[in-house]
Formats: sequence, C-alpha cells, structure tokens
Amino acid sequence: MPRNSKIKKVLVIGSGPIVIGQAAEFDYAGTQACRSLKEEGLEVVLLNSNPATIMTDKDIADRVYIEPLTVEVVEQLILKEKPDSVLPTLGGQAALNLAMELEENGFLRRNNVRLIGTTSETIKKAEDRLEFKTTMEKIGEPCAASLVVESVEEGVKFAEKIGYPVVLRPAYTLGGSGGGIADNRGQLVEILENGLRLSRVGQVLVERCIAGWKEIEYEVMRDSNGNCITVCNMENMDPVGVHTGDSIVVAPSQTLGDKEYQMLRTSALNIISELNITGGCNVQYALHPETFEYCVIEVNPRVSRSSALASKATGYPIAKVAAKIALGYTLDEIKNAVTKKTYASFEPMLDYCVVKIPRLPFDKFISAKRTLTTQMKATGEVMSICDNFEGALMKAVRSLEQHVDSLMSYDYSHLSREELLEELAVVDDLRIFKIAEAIRQGIGYDEIHDISKIDKWFIDKIAVLVEMETRLKSEPLTVRLLKEAKRMEFTDKTIAALTGREESVICSMRYENGITAAYKMVDTCAAEFAAETPYYYSVYGSENEVEQTTGRKKVLVLGSGPIRIGQGIEFDFCSVHCTWAFSKEGYETIIVNNNPETVSTDFDIADKLYFEPLTPEDVKGIVDLEKPDGAVVQFGGQTAIKLTESLMKMGVPILGTSAENVDAAEDRELFDEILEKCGIPRPTGGTVYTAEEAKKVANELGYPVLVRPSYVLGGQGMQIAINDHDIDEFIGIINRIAQDHPILVDKYLQGKEIEVDAVCDGEDILIPGIMEHIERAGIHSGDSISVYPARSISEKTKRTIEDYTKKLARSLHVIGLINIQFIVCKEEVYVIEVNPRSSRTVPYISKVTGIPIVPLATKVIIGGKIKESGYKPGLQPEADYFAVKMPVFSFEKIRGADISLGPEMKSTGECLGIAKTFDEALYKAFLGAGIKLPKHKNMIITVRDEDKDEVVEIGRRFEKIGYRIFATRGTAQAMKAAGVKANAVSKIEQESPNLMDLILGHKIDLIIDTPPQGAERGKDGFVIRRNAIETGVNVLTAIDTARALAESLENTNIRKLTLIDIAKI
Amino acid sequence: MKAFLILEDGTVFTGTSIGSEREVISEIVFNTSMTGYLEVLTDPSYAGQAVVMTYPLIGNYGITPDMESCRARPDGYIVRELSRFPSNFRCEGTIQDFLKEQGIPGIAGIDTRALTKILREKGTMNGMITVNENFDLKEILPKLKEYQVGDVVSKVTCREPYILKGDGPKVALMDFGAKNNIAKSLNKRGCEVKVYPASVSASDIIASKPDGIMLSNGPGDPETCTSIIEEVRKLYQTDIPIFAICLGHQLMALANGAKTYKLKYGHRGGNHPVKDLSNHRVYISSQNHGYAVDAATLDRAVAQEAFVNVNDGTNEGFSYVGKNIFTVQFHPEACPGPQDSGYLFDRFMDMMKGAR
Repeated sequence: MPRNSKIKKVLVIGSGPIVIGQAAEFDYAGTQACRSLKEEGLEVVLLNSNPATIMTDKDIADRVYIEPLTVEVVEQLILKEKPDSVLPTLGGQAALNLAMELEENGFLRRNNVRLIGTTSETIKKAEDRLEFKTTMEKIGEPCAASLVVESVEEGVKFAEKIGYPVVLRPAYTLGGSGGGIADNRGQLVEILENGLRLSRVGQVLVERCIAGWKEIEYEVMRDSNGNCITVCNMENMDPVGVHTGDSIVVAPSQTLGDKEYQMLRTSALNIISELNITGGCNVQYALHPETFEYCVIEVNPRVSRSSALASKATGYPIAKVAAKIALGYTLDEIKNAVTKKTYASFEPMLDYCVVKIPRLPFDKFISAKRTLTTQMKATGEVMSICDNFEGALMKAVRSLEQHVDSLMSYDYSHLSREELLEELAVVDDLRIFKIAEAIRQGIGYDEIHDISKIDKWFIDKIAVLVEMETRLKSEPLTVRLLKEAKRMEFTDKTIAALTGREESVICSMRYENGITAAYKMVDTCAAEFAAETPYYYSVYGSENEVEQTTGRKKVLVLGSGPIRIGQGIEFDFCSVHCTWAFSKEGYETIIVNNNPETVSTDFDIADKLYFEPLTPEDVKGIVDLEKPDGAVVQFGGQTAIKLTESLMKMGVPILGTSAENVDAAEDRELFDEILEKCGIPRPTGGTVYTAEEAKKVANELGYPVLVRPSYVLGGQGMQIAINDHDIDEFIGIINRIAQDHPILVDKYLQGKEIEVDAVCDGEDILIPGIMEHIERAGIHSGDSISVYPARSISEKTKRTIEDYTKKLARSLHVIGLINIQFIVCKEEVYVIEVNPRSSRTVPYISKVTGIPIVPLATKVIIGGKIKESGYKPGLQPEADYFAVKMPVFSFEKIRGADISLGPEMKSTGECLGIAKTFDEALYKAFLGAGIKLPKHKNMIITVRDEDKDEVVEIGRRFEKIGYRIFATRGTAQAMKAAGVKANAVSKIEQESPNLMDLILGHKIDLIIDTPPQGAERGKDGFVIRRNAIETGVNVLTAIDTARALAESLENTNIRKLTLIDIAKI
Repeated sequence: MKAFLILEDGTVFTGTSIGSEREVISEIVFNTSMTGYLEVLTDPSYAGQAVVMTYPLIGNYGITPDMESCRARPDGYIVRELSRFPSNFRCEGTIQDFLKEQGIPGIAGIDTRALTKILREKGTMNGMITVNENFDLKEILPKLKEYQVGDVVSKVTCREPYILKGDGPKVALMDFGAKNNIAKSLNKRGCEVKVYPASVSASDIIASKPDGIMLSNGPGDPETCTSIIEEVRKLYQTDIPIFAICLGHQLMALANGAKTYKLKYGHRGGNHPVKDLSNHRVYISSQNHGYAVDAATLDRAVAQEAFVNVNDGTNEGFSYVGKNIFTVQFHPEACPGPQDSGYLFDRFMDMMKGAR
C-alpha cells in the first residue's frame, strides 16, 4: 500500500524529561522517526518538554515546541498548528497517555485530527489490565493468573486453584510493604492476614508466582496489510523478578531451542495481530525453565527501551520503519536501510552475540538499596557486540565506567562459603561478580543455579572466564594463551595484573604476534547480502573487514558512554551535532560509543560507527586501523576527556583545546596561577589527600567548606562540611575509590550562582547568554533551576562575567567550548568552576538563544574564527523572553535514596519552560516537571532554623493562593508569630495524627522540607521525604525553589499559556 | 586436534576438529538460522553438502528430541564455536558427542563470517575438511573441482514404505528426503500418511487411492532426478490433490516443462520473506534450497506463480491451473524456523476435502 496522501502535517509527541524508565531511547526513536517523516516530504511539528534532546532541534522538525506535556498544551498546540495527524507511539508512555486522553475527551475527533501509528482501541487493549487479560484469553495466550482478594479464605481458595508459590501484593501500601511470596498454605495465611491489615483498602492481589522463570522478549513489527515480522528476541540473564531494564540482557536468546523460540515468536505475532498494532511492539514472556509453559508478562504497543536495544543489536531501524508504517507503507515496500538491497519485511539474523548491562545509580545514592526488583532503577545502559558471549560480557562490563574491567573488579574473596551463598541470594547489580567468586571457591553450578535461578549456560560462561583468570595466573603466558584470553576480551591491563607483568609488556607481546582486534560489520543478515552501512564491532581471532578509507580528512568523535546522573543525553546532543558539523566541513566522521539508547549510535549519523567500550585499549584498536587526523574529546563529557592523554600517546592530535589546558583547569595550583594572573577572585581553598590535611585546611578557612574530588562528574562526592566530623565522613566516602588526583577543600560562599557556556577561538569569545540559578550556591548546578537571561544581576556584573570569561578562555587557550560557573555575592564575582569542554547546559542555551554553539565550536576547532561566523564576538544581546530549565528527579524509583539537594547531583533529566514573562516560563517549567498544582491545597512546611525567617514569607504567599499549611512545631510557631496561619502537627515518632498520617492520607500537594546542612541530617526528615516521594507528593528541599513555585502559582493560568515555536528563534 | 577447511578456490581455514576425523569432500553451503541447529543437522536435504552455521554459538541447548530424520545428514559441519556446556530441560547430550556418534566430520574455531562472505561473493563451491596437516593443494584442488553432489535422493529416502495412522484423509507422501515434520504436520491434522520411497511408481500410489499426494523436500540437483520426474508427471495427470514442498515443487515444475537453475549461494535460513501473490501478504519462511525454478519457463496456462521471494524475486511457489495442485519452494513445516506458512497444510486439507 502506498503512503496515505491525506497525511501532510504530523504532530510528533516526545517523551519529556529523562527519568528512570523513560530515557534517551525515545530521543533516538523520535529523532529517527522525524527524519523518516521529513524524508517523505511531510511537515513535522514536534512537542517535547526536554531541551536536551536532539529531536527538539530545528534540523529535525519544522516546528519545535519545548512545552510541558499536558493535555491543555497539546490541545492548544493542535489548535495553533492544525496538524492533520498525531503520531504518539514514539514518545514512550508519556506520549501514549496524552494521546489516549485526547482521544477519550473527544478533542481529536472534534478537530478532525487522526491518530496514526496506533488506534485508541489498540492502546486500550494493551494497556488496560482487564481488557488485556480478556484479549489474551480470547486468543489463548496465557497470562499469570491473578485475583484481588479481600479475605484470607478467598486467597487460600484461589492459591489452591492456581498452585503455589503465589505472590501477594497488598493494594495501597508503601513500596509494596506487607507483600511477599508464599510457598504453601501456612505462609499464605500469615502473609495474607498481615497484608489485608496493612492495605488501606483491605485488598491483596494474589498472583501465580513466575519469579525465577526465564524472561524472554520479542520485538515485533506489523503493517496495515497484516504482515508481521520479529526483529529480534532477547533473553534476560536475570530471570523473572528483575525488571528487564535492570537485567543483563543477551540477544538473540541463548538457551532456547527452536521449539521454544518459535513457540514464543508465533505467540508474539498472534498478539500483535489481535491487538491490530501497526508499527512496533514489544512482548515480554516468562518461560518456565523446565516445561513449555509460558505467560505473557507485558505488551508495549509502541517503541520502547527494548526496541532501541533491538535496533542497535540487529541494525534494523525499528522507529524509522514504524514511522513509515504509520504513513501507510507496508513492510515489503520499505527498503532495508542497511543492505539497501533487501526490504524491511525480513527478520534480521545475527552472527554475533549482544550483551546489554544496565547502568545503575548506586554510586550516586549511597544510602539506596542495591536490590533489583520489578521497579526499574537503571539510568542508562551499555551494549557490546562480540562473536562470543564471554567477550561480549567482558566488553560490556568495562563499558560501564564504574571502575570495573573484569569479573575480579569486586572482591568477595574474603567471604566464607556460607557468607558467599548468602550474598548470592541477594538479587543486586553485583551478582555476576559474586557468581564468579562462587566458582572460584568451587561452588557447583547446581547450587548457584538453585539460589540465583540463572540458567546454567550463563553460569558456565562465567566459569569459562574464571578458568581463564586461573590459567593466566598459573600458566606461562604463551602466544596461544594470550590469543585465547584476548578472544574472551580480557584487557591487556587485566592480563598484566594476572601474569604479574606491565601492561605495556602485554601490549607489545600482542603487537609482535599480530594479536589485534579485527572489526566486523553489523549487517542485519549474517553476511548473506552485501551491506553498505558501516556499523562495526571488534573481535579477536578473526579477519578484519573494515574497508580502509582515505581521501577526506578523518575525525574521531568520542561519545559519552552510558547515561548516568551527571552525564546525560546532553553530551550525546553535543557529539551528534559535532559529527554533523564536521561532516559539513568535508570531514569523514567516526563515532565510538557504547550506549544503545542514543542518537549517536544510530548507524547513519557518522560515516562510520564503532560500537565499542570507551577505554584506551579499545580506542587504540580503532585508531590503529583508521589512523584519524584528529580526535575531538570536548563534546563527550568526562568519558571522552578521560581518553585525552591516551589518545595523545597514540599520536592522535586532540582537536580544539589542548590536553595541557584541560589539565590546567583541573589542576588547582596551575589554575590558581592563571586566576591570579587574570586578577579573578575565587573562593579560597586548598588541595589535600587525607582527612587530617582536609581538617587543617577547613579550620584555616573556617566552616562551612566544600569538599570534592577533582576530575569528577556532576559533583560526584561533593559535600558541604560544617565540622571536622563531616570532613572525616566525606573524605572517607571519596577515598573508597582510589583517587589519582587530590581532593579540593574550598570556602563555601553563599551567593547567586551564575553559569555561562562560551565558544572561544583563542582570541575572541562568544557567549550566547548568561544563566542564573534560582537556588543559591550549594546546590549542584545540574539540580538547580536555571534561568536565561539572568534576571537579578546588574549590567555591571554581566560585563564582569563577560570579561572574566574572555580572560579565562584566552589564558587557558580554549579552542572550542568552555563552561564557567560563578558565584556573585553582591557585586563581587568569584569563579568556582571552569570546564574547558561542552556542558550540560549547551543544548538548552543553544535552543533558547537560537545560536548553534556546537557547530560554531566545531568550526573554531578546525581553524575558523568567531569574527567570520556572522556573530559579533562577546556576550550576545538578550532574548526578549525567558527560558527556565528545571531539573527532574527519579527519586520514587530508588528506594532508600535521600532526596534532599546538595552539591552532589541527583537529577536524571530536565525540562524547559519558555515564555514572554518570567512567571509563565517558570510555571511552564514546573508543569513540565510534573508539578501540577494546586490539587488539594494542603501543604506541609518543616524547615531548618536558618530558613525559618524566609519560609514565613513563602508561607504567606501560599496562604494567599488558598493553601492550608501544616507545619512542625518550630516552623508553625515562627509562622504564627508572623501572622501566617499554620496548623502544628507532631513529628513522625510522636503519636497520631502526625506528619506521616497526613502524607499517607493522600491529601497533601506539597512539602517544603529543608534539611540541616552537614552529615548529621535528621533521620526524621529522611523518612518524611522518602515517604512523601513514594506516595507521589511533591517535595521541595530548597527554600529558593519554594519561593519560585509560589511566585509562579500566583501569576499564571494553565489555560492561557502562549506556545513558542523555537525553530523560529 | 587441528582441522582444515580447503575451498575449491584455494582458500584454507585452520580450526579445530569436531566430530569424526574422517576426511570429506563436499559442497559448502551456509545457513543463517540462529536456533534449530539440530533440525538442520538432521535435514536430509543437506545430503552431499557440508553446512556452515553463520550463528557463532552452536550447541547451546544440546541434543533434544527435535530431529527431522533418524540421523545426521550433512557430509560436514562448520561452526565458529560449540558450546561445552549445553543447558535445556530437554537436553539429552552434547552436540560434540552427537557428531562423533554420527560420524560427521567438522571444523570449529574458524571465522565463519569470512567464509560466508566468500561463498556469497564467489557462489557455492566445493571444499574439503581434513585433519591431515600435510595436505597438498595441487593434489586436492582438482579433486574438489571434480566433486559432484550426484544422486543423493536415493541415499536419504526411506527403504520401505511406512504408515502414520490417522482417521482423516489418506495422504501418500513421496519421500525424497522428507523432514519428519511434513508427515507430522499432516498427521496432526488427522491424516493417515503413507510414506513411500522415492523410487515408488505413480501407478502404485494411484492404486492405493489416496485423498492427496504430498511431494517432499530433498537434496541435490532436481534435473538429475529424471525417473522421478516421469512418475510425478503421471501423478499430475490424475485428479488427486497434490501439495509439494521444495524439491517436490521443483520436480512438479520440471514435469511440466519448466527449467531449474542453480542459485549463486542458495537460500538457507529462517528469515526469508515470501509474498503470497493472491493477497500480497508477506510471510517469513524457513528455506533450504540451492536450486530454483525459472518461473518464465513454465507455461502460464499450466501454472500461475503463487509466491515470490521478496528479497531477490525468485520463484517460491506455483498454483497449477485447472488442477488441485499447489507447490512451494519454502518449508511450511518449519523445523527449524517460523511457522507462519503452516496454514498451507490447512489449505491442502481443504483441497482434499473439496475433492472428496
């Protein structure tokens, strides 16, 4: 069927801010889809509240709205832009939910707008629990049997019918408390009685227990003619019980015979057909490990994180094909973009093995529970490709950038057998390391399997790796042994450690014997057809098939690896734009990255894509082969920066700011010299290695002081210390990981925090705009609300900032981007941090000023001048509207994480509010972040003593808007004294009604809770904040954020927002 | 032990010996299926060929009861890596032991992707698997060039007829090297299936008064099966409904004057899209063939093209005009591979019911 010619203008809805469970994969899918739509000559209107995305670029869509994803906004946008169709299947659950609401309220029908890519009936059938169950029953596809019961008898009867074990989930309790797994009647009665009592509504869900079954996924595509294909199947190494997003996943499945494989494949095709899906769909199964019995766990009638992974694992561009199907094309009409010879109506065949490992945020949330459950916790993931599983696993492990490069990276050798068995039973992100240790200690496969339920095939693969460790330790290192170790992707460093040699010795031995990585192509068809898409992975012991390219100048662009807190999608935005810019300048571009969720690893972004770990050794293999004329590291975050030195040793010129100058910004003494030379003040401080030294410096400076390691991401390990005790604790935490660089201790200054990104060509600078943080210094810049243009600093201060930026950029010989953070106390400007590279705010400031700073920086890097760029050097004129960047958190996903803000970054994403007035921009930003107020108009205020004066005024404003205020005794007294009505409530350990009852009563909109500074934070506050987050209450932990919210609520109306097309800026 | 794979063009791959250490000369073909290595290993259509698995990890779930005939059929087996520890609830043994027991020589540890690319670029060619380190290419290459697959149908067909009991339509299945699941698919639908050796005469089949005739898959060059083609022609002339798969499909076309030709490197795998020209639906099919029917050589008045391959446009099936006969190049019985075209057995059932 040719494409539907009635479709001319399409509204594509994105997925909004990055949160755990809804991340960069939707930028990848959305970007691919938009490009695919534009290829067809359609007009694309894009809506997404996330400014860090590539999809919100004016190159990607014709009209771009970075506005909150609410029904009101979409309605206004449709009325304004009048698209004929809405495509909601590429923006995750967020977009799908919006589409459903618009369909159900009749808005789409009234305005003659069609939903393409899916129908509301399909969404309902897949998403509504009951309808889904009915549909599956109709076509004979089994789901795990479940029933909501209100009595013990009912539960026993049902459990006896479906068989033990059963899972019990009480309705409406906190974080699933009161639930559990019952293996027999006795356990069932005990848990059920308790669960019924704990449940607020006296209901418990009794469900057939499928924990421990194999978890298998299929990615399926279907067109309007009913043609179906499966793109890929995937097997979770972690059995059912761990969210697939937190599981180690391998593609294709490894332990399924053709019988099981085809049984589930046929089921997946039956399901997609019955749901009448046109586009992509993900079906998750639980497969009994010892029978052919299976259950459908879940169906996602849209592209998903798994589909991004499947696309990268196979080379099949699911989102692109889904977009074409939405326009009416059938699979046999769409060319396979990889082979360019065959069509989209085929199934990819892999001749390699893919391993995905989640990137979990436990390094950021030290207090959080590491346990993995059905609630996803990962912020990102890495993928690796190899022609053997062992190699793929090893490559994925070192791609994580968590100080791990082998199965020995976590040491459990001190544990006794019993302790180890106990540890094995803990389902967390360290399981593979524990299994490796269990094998080292001689614990059998059966025992490990019985505890972990991990298939023995995977356990054996870990054993193969452990055996290689032993051989390297005990046998002479022959060429043959070295070859075998390299085939399993042991790094030179690991081999060196095991054989007691220097890494350089191993490296030379390799090169002398011709043991180097070969590169193979991902071609969707296991070499059956010649492919043209240069998408490669490395493997040892095979023939290289990458074609040598010459002629054009070659640039190596190093990506930013897995998404983690502190290094998010922004750096992918920068990498992609830099690649495009180099391409425009006539360069051949080569990207190295290992993140399957991102746009940069789409096969048609660069001329060549290497899907590889970002370590010196892995990059060297590529450098040996490609011999690039230069590498850019300033766009790939800390991941790329860390490779600078190694690249230079390989003889690859670093394009842009030189390595010495990057160092100068990080090296305290060098940097101090530069500041002094330029006459720029900074908070006083010193560098230390030990707690004793730190205490000495801190006492000289006077508390409070800021403590942090140098060379870190997102303020990792950064803390405000108020006494010696804090210093001991913080230095202890920092030094848990050996530090190559000193720790910095600085005087903590409380003032306005200001941030600029600038391009420098060595002479001139260009500052697109000055950003001001709403929260005062002390809260990580990534967690602060950022406002452009800066509102509360004087013209004189702005000029000082421009002057300092210029001086610093020139002294550091910056060629390309620089990011500087300042603190402004009255009229005094201090520099607190300089990063001679791209930053988190680059996409945001580019979009709101319309100045494409990444392409500008790229031009400068290859010798261009700002003066020739069409922009006048210096600070650019301010825009006539306000843009507010709001951090977004995923605290509810990470149990046990402290949500209070401080110098260490905790947000996972961001959204934007842009408007003519500051209040509206701020309101939009809050709205975009999901803070939709007011609802019940009840709030709780509990603040530390220092904030009491300020909070009174904020309370007064909320009272005026109509809020009923509850406050802890001290806070309530302060309010009453100032004439603000506040109801005093007891703290949580006191008798009811206390704070906790209020929170659990689901009647509270908002909590303002500022925790005391220093390590000794109240336990109470922690419990309050956690519970509030888990019940879905908005919590603000900074007084400035609270004030801003009051201000925005006072002045705005959700029905009267003006929408701004940023493509026109 | 070291093993070598020597190709007709002089390329030598060095790997490790698996299975039997016997030296073998064979035609080298590749299969892209990611699961179903056991079904491939026991598919009689591989007689006379050594098969390369493009998926690198083979043997992961060991040996299960999923055999498509009573024994291993290829002359040789070529893989990147054999799993040392199979894991599956139905696993009865390792593939290493199976290959040894069955006396199949093989080679592991070679770059199967590089080999596949050679076969793709230069076309299917002959090769030798040997453990003799002192091989002499000058001596071997002429032998390799000479090798012909020859008459393999007679090697793989059943010796004696046998019956799968059922109370539905009676089907006569001509076994040219049939995969078990063809008879099973019919039997599952209630058919009583009588399996005949390939040498059976048309008159014997007709005399048994079957409700339908099934022509199976099988190995080798269809044009060399001259006597079978004669018998098939006689069957064509009856009114008995006929369904033919793979070699059977080719033989029916040859019996009606069409020509077959050798594909450059064949279709072997579980991902081939075929389009049903009656409704333009595309099905993913399981395939295993090195020859194809040249659709242009079959009179349109005799047969209409019913299926084509979406990738390369080659013929995938015919519907015979005025006859209850339809034939397909691909494998609706799957095993291994997608079951999407299993509905064709239902169509055959309907045809038999209609004719009764």
